[in-house]
Amino acid sequence: MNFAMISLVLALVWVSITGSFSAPNLVMGWIISLIAMWVVRNQMTTPVLITRMRRIIGLIYLFLYELLMSALRVASLVLTPNVNTHLKPGIIAFPVSAKSDVEITLLANLITLTPGTLSVDVAEDRSVIYVHCISVDDKQKVIRDIADGFEAKIIEVFE
Amino acid sequence: MFSAIFPILAGVSILCGSIFSLLAAIGIVRLPDLFTRMHAASKAGTMGAGLMFLAVALISFNGPVILRAFVGFVFLLLTAPVSAHLLARAAYFAKQPMTPLTRIDDLKNAPPPNN
Repeated sequence: MNFAMISLVLALVWVSITGSFSAPNLVMGWIISLIAMWVVRNQMTTPVLITRMRRIIGLIYLFLYELLMSALRVASLVLTPNVNTHLKPGIIAFPVSAKSDVEITLLANLITLTPGTLSVDVAEDRSVIYVHCISVDDKQKVIRDIADGFEAKIIEVFE
Repeated sequence: MFSAIFPILAGVSILCGSIFSLLAAIGIVRLPDLFTRMHAASKAGTMGAGLMFLAVALISFNGPVILRAFVGFVFLLLTAPVSAHLLARAAYFAKQPMTPLTRIDDLKNAPPPNN
């Protein structure tokens, strides 16, 4: 099941790189992907790749959804009359448990692209990301949302 | 028949993309300080440009073009937050005033950066 999915994805990549969307070319790509997978069959049997792929896809899905939501929210905020009465901006400190550069960079980027939050600075000792929120009602809730959402998913992917 | 739907989808996607870009621009004019403005620019702007890449991918029927549109979108996702972050950080440490509506500032108590 998982191998079938990977070979299909590889076939699609083949089709898009060769630039001809025809049925014979798709079959050709599929055959080549099967050969390629047969060559690396010993590495393919590790299930780690599959579970990690699933987590990465989950992360991408969550991220695209949050980006759409945040764009819609900013759009509706911009269009409200008396925009200033709806703003309660503030900078809050978000304690990071992610450690590596990649994880922190990814987390900071995701924070910026999701609703109402913008990463401003990372502490020198990397223990805290300072996040600008467009509307802070409950500081603890914002911190909890980030920690349980993106940070948990990112740590899952990179563990 | 089936392929007739792609130009329509591409058109819708371009329209939505330009609306998001317009709203990002309006947000930059209307919001009170740089930090709140970066919210509008980074999110609605990324969404707008992303939808236009999607439109290109939908209408081109050309593998390499689709791949390039996708890669362009990924680079946008990588760079837009970084530039928003750098602008906000530079503005904060250059003592750019924040709007008086600001409620909390946890960064105030942090040690200033060396560079």
